[in-house]
Amino acid sequence: MAALTEEQTLIRDQAEAWVRDEFPVTKFRAMRDSKAAGAIMGDAWQGMVEMGWTGILVPEAHGGSDLGYLTFGLVLEALGKNLTASPLLASALVGASALRLAGSEAQQAAVLPGVVDGSIILSLAVDEGARHNPAQTACTATAQGDGFVLKGEKRFVLEGMSATHFIVPARTAGAPGEEAGLTLFLVAADAAGLSRTGLSLVDSRGYADVTLDNVAVGADAVLGEVDGAFPVLDAVLDRARAGLSAEMMGTAGQAFTMLVDYLKTREQFGRVIGSFQALGHRAAQMFTDQQLARSCAEAALASIDNDAPASTVAEMASLAKARVGDHLHLVSRELIQMHGGIGMTDEYDAGFYLKRARALEATYGNQAFHRERYASLLGY
Amino acid sequence: MSTATSAAGDAFRESVRSWVEANFPPELKDQPASMEGAGDGDLAQALERWRDALAGQGWGAPTWPKAYGGAGLTPAEARVISQEIGRAGGYNPIPLMAGMGVTMVGPTLLEYGTDEQKEKHLPGIASGKIRWCLGLSEPNAGSDLAGLATKAEDKGDHFALNGQKIWTSGADISQWCGALVRTEPQAPKRDGLSFVLLPMDQPGVETRPIKLISGASPFCETYFNDARAEKSDLLGPLNKGWSVVKRLLQHERASQTSARGPGAGGKSESLYAIAKRYAGETADGKLEDADLRARLTRHLMDAEAHRLTAERIAAEAKGNVEVSAAASIMKNSATSVSQTRSELMIELMGYRGLGWEGEAFRQEELDTVREWLWGKAISIYGGSAEVQNNIISKNILGLPETTQKG
Ligand SMILES: Cc1cc2nc3c(=O)[nH]c(=O)nc-3n(C[C@H](O)[C@H](O)[C@H](O)COP(=O)(O)OP(=O)(O)OC[C@H]3O[C@@H](n4cnc5c(N)ncnc54)[C@H](O)[C@@H]3O)c2cc1C
Repeated sequence: MAALTEEQTLIRDQAEAWVRDEFPVTKFRAMRDSKAAGAIMGDAWQGMVEMGWTGILVPEAHGGSDLGYLTFGLVLEALGKNLTASPLLASALVGASALRLAGSEAQQAAVLPGVVDGSIILSLAVDEGARHNPAQTACTATAQGDGFVLKGEKRFVLEGMSATHFIVPARTAGAPGEEAGLTLFLVAADAAGLSRTGLSLVDSRGYADVTLDNVAVGADAVLGEVDGAFPVLDAVLDRARAGLSAEMMGTAGQAFTMLVDYLKTREQFGRVIGSFQALGHRAAQMFTDQQLARSCAEAALASIDNDAPASTVAEMASLAKARVGDHLHLVSRELIQMHGGIGMTDEYDAGFYLKRARALEATYGNQAFHRERYASLLGY
Repeated sequence: MSTATSAAGDAFRESVRSWVEANFPPELKDQPASMEGAGDGDLAQALERWRDALAGQGWGAPTWPKAYGGAGLTPAEARVISQEIGRAGGYNPIPLMAGMGVTMVGPTLLEYGTDEQKEKHLPGIASGKIRWCLGLSEPNAGSDLAGLATKAEDKGDHFALNGQKIWTSGADISQWCGALVRTEPQAPKRDGLSFVLLPMDQPGVETRPIKLISGASPFCETYFNDARAEKSDLLGPLNKGWSVVKRLLQHERASQTSARGPGAGGKSESLYAIAKRYAGETADGKLEDADLRARLTRHLMDAEAHRLTAERIAAEAKGNVEVSAAASIMKNSATSVSQTRSELMIELMGYRGLGWEGEAFRQEELDTVREWLWGKAISIYGGSAEVQNNIISKNILGLPETTQKG
């Protein structure tokens, strides 16, 4: 764990206590069973707002605390432990980052206070295919009058059903596959021509497919530069990747705790199974791996807080997302294997962690995507 | 192989092929193999017809003697039969419909059973009409199976069973059960066990399905409350159940050494073709994602190495499938190949490989996800991967073992 300030320690402890008391995995299970995927709204969402988490990345002028990404990461890690899938990441990290990096002062003033008080929920609607690939954006925005008309499909949008507004990268020039020619738009979820369908994914988080069928927006819906959004989109995504890595550390950390607890309690052949070195050594390796992964996740968050150059942030974000992804992948597999039969049952929580792990791995680019990107960034 | 036998082999293959062509119901082509077997509807009727046709040939369990419902064929001939059925786009439903009957209980009965027991039980298995489950594991006796507690008390003409089994696959839909029970509580762990056969449809047996992470409920908690097993259904000598079950588990491993498994079973499209469909290809037809391409290639090599090893072992055993420690090697290798394939499948499908249900996903995608989750079990049941490694290090490498004290 990075050396934390007093304030960060307080926020982390608060977050861990909240997750433990207010959002045990039993609550996630109940949500899953009621098929209300992603519907962590109402009281729980209000609770997060009251804790101030929605304002961690928002300037004080707009009602936030501006405490930075490492601090946000502490909260996300706590939430990740109990699989608390909320719009916090999508709105208060990804959405708020997009507004801060690309939005005008007026746009920030119009939107960010709502993000802080929870009345506005933002979601970045970036992917169009089954795999993360922002440059492949095909959704078009055609100039019309002094505004634009958006047409296209956005798929697997995180928190797509609870969002009140989408941040939509669309093509104002160029062809799918090209980085040039993209523009970011802020589109209200109730805009005429926008429709969405909730999806049932294996990890019971709230995803939606969003269809933009000639959605007309004004010029004031453009976030940042027309045609030149790719760099800022990538910067927003790097913040998303770093933040998600923190959440993944939480999910992997809790899975690992469950695993070690089981190794200490389950007996076979008259002794605890953790005494079999075939298992104990693997656990020791996972612990080592966890430490390495943690360093990457924290370094990525810190590089953002320290205003490192965009290329450094990009490197660190890809390093973190790939490295933490591999770690979570490993731990989620071993969690099941080392539990034996009980790990295969729906009644036990292990399966939730396996399922969430793969969804987190795929979101904002999987390990392969980020290894490739890392290699390119380093010039290999 | 001599020319004479290979000519005979070709003739045999020819005859199997034409029989399959004449008898395989075309509507079953490329249907996924189902443990549950015939439900209802047209497909189920076709499946029953197909089962009965195969059973008529003795091909439900081709290597068993004709007298017990088999066809008295060699293992090599049996392989030809399954190859030819596979070639027609089908599968042999009998080993599935019989639960643990064809793969485990039957072979063990052939070795240890009395003539009377063989006559009573084998034909029902070979016809696919009697389904068997296996009551071995208990909540506190998994890898350490010999630590089990279910008791069987001698009641003169029968045993009365009391205790709990768990993870009993198909217990709720089986007609018969093979159970490992304690008949001599005073003896050291492994010396007081016996293997008994008992019908599931009786007041003393209760099953409660357990739901898996894949959503299905293929196994149960099984409770014995004065459940009755006839003395005549004791398999092998009294208190020698450990030897019987060791043999049975070797048969189980031997049946689990095929690495087709999840994500590949019966589907004709190659893994690379599926990958290109989801992950795209370059102008010269290579998989776009170079990292995925490298890992897919490694997997394909692993799968091929596994297949070649299976062939080599079969050839070295001169057509007799060797049920031995080699089964542990092959089980672990098969498990690793199958599980890697499943992980690669869901990875290459991206978000589409994460669907749970709903029209947004294609059936093949939803199936892949469920198979991926279900497939996590194959390195756990039938002796976990770790237990197989213990067997390899002890029985093949001769390393001292640390777990067994009586
Ligand atoms: C889908 C499925 C179907 C099944 N069907 C049946 C069935 O039909 N009938 C039946 O009787 N049982 C069945 N089983 C049970 C299965 O055989 C057991 O789950 C298995 O033997 C493991 O036992 P356990 O679950 O108690 O795990 P444990 O034995 O508690 O093992 C937990 C972990 O410890 C490891 N471990 C244990 N001992 C050692 C050691 N000495 N060295 C190193 N590692 C060790 C294991 O490998 C595992 O990773 C089924 C299981 C599954 C998942």
